[in-house]
Amino acid sequence: MALSRLASSSSSSSSTVGSKFLKPLTAAFSLRRSISSDSNPITIETSVPFTAHNCDPPSRSVETSTAELHSFFRQMATMRRMEIAADSLYKAKLIRGFCHLYDGQEAVAIGMEAGITKKDAIITAYRDHCTFLGRGGTLLEIFSELMGRVDGCSKGKGGSMHFYRKETNFYGGHGIVGAQVPLGCGVAFAQKYSKDEAVTFALYGDGAANQGQLFEALNIAALWDLPAILVCENNHYGMGTAEWRAAKSPAYYKRGDYVPGLKVDGMDVLAVKQACKFAKEHALKNGPIILEMDTYRYHGHSMSDPGSTYRTRDEISGVRQERDPLERVRKLLVSHEVATEKELKDMEKEVRKEVDEAIAKAKESSMPDPSDLYKNIYVKGYGVEAFGVDRKEVRVTLP
Amino acid sequence: MATLFQGLGALTSLSPSNSKRSLLSSRRSLSERKAGIFVVRSDARANQTGARKHDLLITNAVATKEGSSVASTSKPGHELLLFEALREGLEEEMERDPNVCVMGEDVGHYGGSYKVTKDLANKFGDLRVLDTPIAENAFTGMGIGAAMTGLRPVIEGMNMGFLLLAFNQISNNCGMLHYTSGGQFKIPVVIRGPGGVGRQLGAEHSQRLESYFQSIPGIQMVACSTPYNAKGLMKAAIRSDNPVILFEHVLLYNLKERIPDEEYVLSLEEAEMVRPGEHVTILTYSRMRYHVMQAAKTLVNKGYDPEVIDIRSLKPFDLHTIGNSVKKTHRVLIVEECMRTGGIGASLTAAISENFNDYLDAPIVCLSSQDVPTPYAGPLEEMTVVQPAQIVTAVEQLCQ
Repeated sequence: MALSRLASSSSSSSSTVGSKFLKPLTAAFSLRRSISSDSNPITIETSVPFTAHNCDPPSRSVETSTAELHSFFRQMATMRRMEIAADSLYKAKLIRGFCHLYDGQEAVAIGMEAGITKKDAIITAYRDHCTFLGRGGTLLEIFSELMGRVDGCSKGKGGSMHFYRKETNFYGGHGIVGAQVPLGCGVAFAQKYSKDEAVTFALYGDGAANQGQLFEALNIAALWDLPAILVCENNHYGMGTAEWRAAKSPAYYKRGDYVPGLKVDGMDVLAVKQACKFAKEHALKNGPIILEMDTYRYHGHSMSDPGSTYRTRDEISGVRQERDPLERVRKLLVSHEVATEKELKDMEKEVRKEVDEAIAKAKESSMPDPSDLYKNIYVKGYGVEAFGVDRKEVRVTLP
Repeated sequence: MATLFQGLGALTSLSPSNSKRSLLSSRRSLSERKAGIFVVRSDARANQTGARKHDLLITNAVATKEGSSVASTSKPGHELLLFEALREGLEEEMERDPNVCVMGEDVGHYGGSYKVTKDLANKFGDLRVLDTPIAENAFTGMGIGAAMTGLRPVIEGMNMGFLLLAFNQISNNCGMLHYTSGGQFKIPVVIRGPGGVGRQLGAEHSQRLESYFQSIPGIQMVACSTPYNAKGLMKAAIRSDNPVILFEHVLLYNLKERIPDEEYVLSLEEAEMVRPGEHVTILTYSRMRYHVMQAAKTLVNKGYDPEVIDIRSLKPFDLHTIGNSVKKTHRVLIVEECMRTGGIGASLTAAISENFNDYLDAPIVCLSSQDVPTPYAGPLEEMTVVQPAQIVTAVEQLCQ
């Protein structure tokens, strides 16, 4: 696959000079690279143009900066490392139940964060570990929740499929396929109601794209002009069923009919960033829009699925060689001479250490107390006592 | 069957602490606009409960025996029908809190299929009274998503049975999100709609969903039966931070009653003592309350003294009131409209047996609807639900 064509801005000469200048500095700071120190703007073209339905596609040239590319690399490396670590933890039976891994799809989470603010809301399905991390979650919270410990983001009571973060408007984390899309349109409705000038990204997969409630919600969103952006993370397999076996029309970005759509190369973090920025502007003015992210997952659907019964190993390794989002950013950084291979490897080692430390800390966290079973079922009302099932005559308060 | 206040004279002096609150509908006589709310407990003691958001609430239901003397009140109240009482409650809450919105089919311009939301769209605008397309799964989900951000939607199912299409949203998202998010999100929705048998609407439009929803953890269910408790429960449900399902009944919308002019909010978890008695406890809710009261007239003529309790709170049960009653009468009859299998009566029977087995002199009798789809033909439809004659027979057998 062709590398992104480099169309550097006029500051390119200064960036090469700057990078020569930076190298000794970066060597000195190699243990703690402060990303904000180098922030030269760069314009890069996406490898594949956008395909649009009922709208004008955004430009292929994406404004970014060296600092941003650094942060992309670091975050993606963290996500990749985190998911692989979760794989080992699952096999070690420290994580039980369902565990849906996101490696391969990191560009979608990171590109989206780069294009929006924390005031915008994101809601997704069960493949939510990396989305949660992107929304400001910490590795400790993630691993604790996966292992069912009390330090987890949902206090150990949610599990892999129920990560939420209210402060940064991350609405989860939902197990039932497609059910999060009406919820997401509801969040968008609330944003319009309260005049927040923010948008909601409701993510779903190619499998969920065939759910009726999606079209119901899309109809209402379009009717009421809600700032909702429906993002189909099309990794081409709905668990074990390939998209061409499940959908008569796998052009998910066109499925909105009257709602405009955009097809995006989901393995290219800059394309995702551009598309999300474009979608946000569109949604605030004109109502809903559908984004289809063409992406791929290396793992199977979940840990109980090897992922090789319905697709060939050649296909998986082919995508890994040609379209891997992490490698793409690595090549960009190296070819722009913003960082050397060694620096990036060092960064990956740091990341690995961080992840290992978080896992160790999470393992020390305790299991929830038995009394936690009854907490947070109801919100305590206005001091009104309830008369629940109790074996004494005394009134009880609802737990 | 009107419920009246007792002993209000002494209590009307409580401080009107809410002078800044925007107020009540124009039906209220201005001379009575005191904005004070007072608490009257069912044993006629009065005190102030804790205030939330500077409001004092009546949190306990009050009922008297018919014909008993009522302390003179200076406020005669106003008369209205049950659907108007619901509308009044809804309107007051929408005025009080700008986050309250209504969504449902035909609630806006059409005014609501049972006129509960009539004229609200003109008053509050299209963004607060939303006409949705026929997509229960989607708009229930949207209401829940909006509630996660802090809005307080009131979701109307045109008929409760239609909400079966939204069961996933109600069960998984509405009931469980507060728990699975570790307490981060609360879902202050109210899901309401008419259900129940009557008017020959056929099997699919005569469903009693309380039996299906009762197992969902995290929700509260209440059933209203009179204009007084309809308004109070509607307001309590909207103010509650938990998801509440408010069950109304198609046949009860035109009941007329005199309700107070002052603002009052009832407790969501409390049962209502309709008729105190000595011989047998009859537990009921919604429409069956009226069949029970009809049977009670016959029973009184025959010399029995039934105690009738409208349980109102279907989840959780008010076992305190029920327990006190069982300890007094030692016999329980449950009259409900749910089907025999897996209905509210079945759960209530189990709860009472577990908790109050020592106080029972006879096995609990539960009269429920037949386990059949509701037929269209009039006589057959009557046969599916419990009739007053059956209640009388059951009490006679129980009291032998």
